[in-house]
Amino acid sequence: MLGHILFKIAIFCYILASASLIVYIIKQENRLFKTGILSLISAFFFHTIFLMYGYYILGTAPVLDFRSALSFFSWSIMLVYFFIYLRFKSKILGAFVAPFCSFLMISSSFFPMSKAPVKPIFKTVWLTIHVLTTFLGNALFAIAFIASILYLLQDHYIKHKKLSFLYKRLPSLTTLDNINHYALVYGFPFLSAGIITGAIYAQIAFGRYWQWDPKEVWSLITWLLYAALIHERIAVGWKGRKAAIMSVICFLVLGFSFLGTSLWIKGYHNLKNLGTIGS
Amino acid sequence: MKILNIGMNHKTAPVEIRERLASKEVLEDLVKIESIKEAMYVLTCNRVEAIVITENEEETKKAIISFLCRLGDISKEKILNFIYVYRDLDAVKHVFKVASSLDSMVIGEPQILGQIKDSYRQAVEKRTTGPVINALMHRTFHVAKKVRTETGICESAVSVSYAAVELAKKIFETLSDKKVLLVGAGEMSELTARHLVSQGAKEVLVANRTFEKAIELASRFNSYAISFDEIPIYLEEVDIVITSTASPSYIITKDMLKGIERKRRNRPLFFIDIAVPRDVDPDVNSLDNIYLYDIDDLKGVVQANLEQRKKEAKKAERIIEEEVIKFGKWLKQLDIVPTIISLKNKAYSIVEKEMRRSQSKLKDLSPEQKKAISILCKSIAEKLINDPIIFLKSKAGRPSLNTYLDFTKKLFKLDEQQGEEYNEDTRHKFNNR
Repeated sequence: MLGHILFKIAIFCYILASASLIVYIIKQENRLFKTGILSLISAFFFHTIFLMYGYYILGTAPVLDFRSALSFFSWSIMLVYFFIYLRFKSKILGAFVAPFCSFLMISSSFFPMSKAPVKPIFKTVWLTIHVLTTFLGNALFAIAFIASILYLLQDHYIKHKKLSFLYKRLPSLTTLDNINHYALVYGFPFLSAGIITGAIYAQIAFGRYWQWDPKEVWSLITWLLYAALIHERIAVGWKGRKAAIMSVICFLVLGFSFLGTSLWIKGYHNLKNLGTIGS
Repeated sequence: MKILNIGMNHKTAPVEIRERLASKEVLEDLVKIESIKEAMYVLTCNRVEAIVITENEEETKKAIISFLCRLGDISKEKILNFIYVYRDLDAVKHVFKVASSLDSMVIGEPQILGQIKDSYRQAVEKRTTGPVINALMHRTFHVAKKVRTETGICESAVSVSYAAVELAKKIFETLSDKKVLLVGAGEMSELTARHLVSQGAKEVLVANRTFEKAIELASRFNSYAISFDEIPIYLEEVDIVITSTASPSYIITKDMLKGIERKRRNRPLFFIDIAVPRDVDPDVNSLDNIYLYDIDDLKGVVQANLEQRKKEAKKAERIIEEEVIKFGKWLKQLDIVPTIISLKNKAYSIVEKEMRRSQSKLKDLSPEQKKAISILCKSIAEKLINDPIIFLKSKAGRPSLNTYLDFTKKLFKLDEQQGEEYNEDTRHKFNNR
């Protein structure tokens, strides 16, 4: 019940933040931005308590059904966003991140809560680390994705001399490219750590490091794609448009490997099946 | 009390007329006009304006106009074609508009506010201002600031060279450590390069057909010249290229730039082509991470920004209308302020006198009790005069106000001296100069 109330408050704050930040883009009044950021901080605060409460109730990271996975993803993006904001001070990014998180939260509230009792194999610190690192990595990639889309928009505006509404409000190409770069470079180690700790956890729980489960395979594909992108950026000097397009493609694959293997493709990682594992 | 604004600007008078009225010492001669209570004189390259406070509007207006005729040696019939006269709230509105740069040649240009501040400072130094102009100016600065922060009237560049700088910032974020290559020596390209340097650009290289000219220009940027043949090599390292040669064909072609992105490690490259005919092949713009703006593009940007400023000016006018109404309210109250002050003074002095008289009878009371009695007396006095004050305030700005003021003065037998304080004060200032 308490969890339910916290969740509702968090959603409300997310929506309030999205609204103020979107209106901020249009009106460019600082107090709107302040309201937006404060609502985001409150949203994050209540969300964190909600997750801690979930952890306390379940005895493990509350990510065992699709509903909580979406909400946890939203939380990770917020956490990462605050770091990006402190680093780049880009006021406009929030107007895209906040609605994205609101969308995740609202979608999350439509999925049923898992009623199945928590199996002992989930109650290990390795699962928590696995989930935390993977999600932080994914969240950074989500920020890279948003920055890349904004880059492509801004690039389009400047190339085609459409210097209107969004052009004025978006940051410079260099800044957007830097955000993209920063998020990728930090996201990659997290994703790698997520895969490694996942393997360790699998060894402990199932006695096998790797079992070619669809989610594992798709994660590997995603990991390879991001590895290639980062290699191109750092070694070859990819920048700008091409790098942004590639970042968008990588995130779409990542999105598919998260959504597809969580919902549609059968495998032990499928969040619908989690309750049946080990039984 | 009337506010009077007489002047001419770039719309009403040609510069030959305006410059005749541009003399630094005008203010001192202007305040010799007997009916002027407060005055300031605004002088910029686009306008000449006298802002004065007077009791006698018509007479002062005539005096100022004949003063301006003498000053500029212009006949009276002629000068009337060039000047405008604003009275009271219209004058206030005009001053607000001028300071907010709505009346400028280029709407939103930022210099005008500083110029008005300078004029005001001069007037203060020469002690020709008084309570009304002081209040008007402080309100004006407030309004101008409000307009600037709440509307986009000062946003975005309205000259070709600034438009180029703004674009460069949207591409590179910061211009520090950026290298600029000037191809061809022209006034506009040099100006643009100067703006880039003032925004932090590190180095300006120069290439020109006549090498001597390139060296000369480069020396002005503390940099070096390169030959025309070297341009393709330098395209690998510079970030911004400004072209302005008289060449009939393209100097920078798409072929020249093929494969260059790899060598540049995909750093963006920004071409500003202000030559006519163009120096850079327009197809260059289709290459990744390369951006090309020619003179027409930049002029288009400037035009769009000007349109934008005009739209913002509408918003600014709304702000100004509101502020004029506020100032109008203050102005109306001004006439009754001296009477209210003397009414209050009278009440307080009665309280004080009576307290002193009763002192011997109250000497046994404790300090707290004495204080309580003093507060009691004061609040009775205040309550008594409160209704008359509210009544007077409600008559502010009505034609019947003077009758009521006189009546109040008689009714309460107010000290005339105090009521006239304001007028005496400002007159005094002038005579003391």
